Amino acid sequence: MIFSFLSCSSKKEELEEIYTPVVYDLKIPSLFKDKLIAPIIPADNPLTEEGIALGKKLFFDKILSGNNTQSCASCHQPQKSFVDQTRFSEGIDGNVGFRNAMPLFNLAWNFDERFNWDGSGLSLERQAFEPVRNPIEMHANWQDIEDKLNTHSAYPTLFKQAFGVLKIDSVLVTKALAQFERTLISGNSKFDKYLRGEAQLSSEEFNGFGIFMDESKGDCFHCHGSDNNPLWTDNLFHNNGLDVTFKDLGLGAITGDANDNGKFKSPSIRNLAFTAPYMHDGRFATLEDVINQYSQGLKASSTIDPLMKKVNQGGVQLSTQEKTDLKAFLLSLSDPEFINNPSFKQ
Amino acid sequence: MKNIYIGFLALFTVFLSCSEDNDIQIKTVDFTLNFTHNWNDTLITIADFNALKFTNKNKEKLSITKLRYLISDFTFYNQNGDTLSTDDYHLVDLEKDESLEFTLSEKIPVGTYSKVIFRFGFTKEKNSSGIYQDLNSNNFGVPEILGGGYHFMQFEGRFIDQNSETSPFLYHTISAYNNTDVANVISTDTSFEVTLSSIEIKNNATIEIKAGLAQWFEKPNTWDLNILSTDLMGNYDAQIKMSANGKSVFSLGAVTQ
Repeated sequence: MIFSFLSCSSKKEELEEIYTPVVYDLKIPSLFKDKLIAPIIPADNPLTEEGIALGKKLFFDKILSGNNTQSCASCHQPQKSFVDQTRFSEGIDGNVGFRNAMPLFNLAWNFDERFNWDGSGLSLERQAFEPVRNPIEMHANWQDIEDKLNTHSAYPTLFKQAFGVLKIDSVLVTKALAQFERTLISGNSKFDKYLRGEAQLSSEEFNGFGIFMDESKGDCFHCHGSDNNPLWTDNLFHNNGLDVTFKDLGLGAITGDANDNGKFKSPSIRNLAFTAPYMHDGRFATLEDVINQYSQGLKASSTIDPLMKKVNQGGVQLSTQEKTDLKAFLLSLSDPEFINNPSFKQ
Repeated sequence: MKNIYIGFLALFTVFLSCSEDNDIQIKTVDFTLNFTHNWNDTLITIADFNALKFTNKNKEKLSITKLRYLISDFTFYNQNGDTLSTDDYHLVDLEKDESLEFTLSEKIPVGTYSKVIFRFGFTKEKNSSGIYQDLNSNNFGVPEILGGGYHFMQFEGRFIDQNSETSPFLYHTISAYNNTDVANVISTDTSFEVTLSSIEIKNNATIEIKAGLAQWFEKPNTWDLNILSTDLMGNYDAQIKMSANGKSVFSLGAVTQ
């Protein structure tokens, strides 16, 4: 009995011991440092080694789902640039969603901090609340999650080390997840190496870059960035001419403003080699389908972005060779090192 | 990025330091610009976006969906002809409330200034590709094929065209660039100065810069959107005309201090 008392006392002392987490500096690619303002790291959730390790553990842990069968990584798989390559993901109850899983990289540079296709996630921390409790996704109750974590053999110590607290709550879970997600940085594609003078582009890739940047051809840069915006997205919301009428209101459902109906976030064009199918609803299986859409498949609607300037002609009308070249350029922005980075895997 | 050229102030400071009797401190104050926008004197805010409520001089009905523009290089001329300059720059974006007010990075000495000048866009010397991190992060760059550097303005919307159809307009201004003859590329700096009249600065001052958006379509070139609505960045002649029209857009409004 005395021994039990001593061992319980020792455990309590261990948890009450003051632990200072180790500050972690993001490994920022040189192009990002050179061309972009600093990434968003909230003052109330600085990056630490312990926070990131905890976030990674949680990301891969099925404990966050209602029946312990699904983790974040179930739909956001590292080797697929953190998507699952299905049109719609399946939740724990076998229900299928209606939006394509978004890839996860370079999230700390989303300066307006509006996440998800519809901008409903207002900060990386807040974004994580929804999929855990969403009935068609992980279908968990946050109170249950907290109970599971607080009675777990390892998590109380890990949370204490990361955040200095004895009681785990949902806010801390999302903070840890966000810390891990901020480390998911992709910036070493072939095109990045070309910009650093470390690689040569093929003639197709080079011509494709020209089409991408040409106002009179693809004119892709106005939404999807450039060699001077290495995010390769503007992170804004546009109606890009997919539909005449909207089954999915997108941003409009969040703002309540009809002028935002049919608008969805411009995705980055990094890592397209790994993230098919494409668009908010995964309607396009291939990059050829995407390019054909912008070339001759645009559909007018009340909120179509003026940047879809050739909608009345169906699109930008690229030739067969131009489409091939554009695809080659797009693929040059895919980063095999990112999907094979052991730091991002379980 | 925001270094101040303190020609006037340095000279004045040297003069004071040589003075034996007095220890005069020049009062310096914040100088803030507050950007307002109007269509023929009717105030416009983001609440007015997307509605076909504006009519240009060419009688086209139009809506606004986006407006952001770059200003730079502030110069204050005192009554002795001395100047004080800052090379601040700022991106005004009607979709970002916080951008509608901008305080210069350095304080300005109180006094009467016969004129205050700022620039719409960047001079050729300053308009180098990729060097401004905040503008890159706002995806404001211009491709090298169009001369590189940065947009000066992105003014976008929809209009009712001559076929009574809704069509887009992308009134994007950049430094004019003509590379149709690659052996003889023509580049013209189409940024321009905006001169504000005499201002007396006594305390922290906020001055209103009024942007009359209808002027972009009006003076001296009546703009026909049926002819010039999109693909204007690579249209050298259009850029020259846009620059000319821009010179009557901005004026001084209220001064509060």
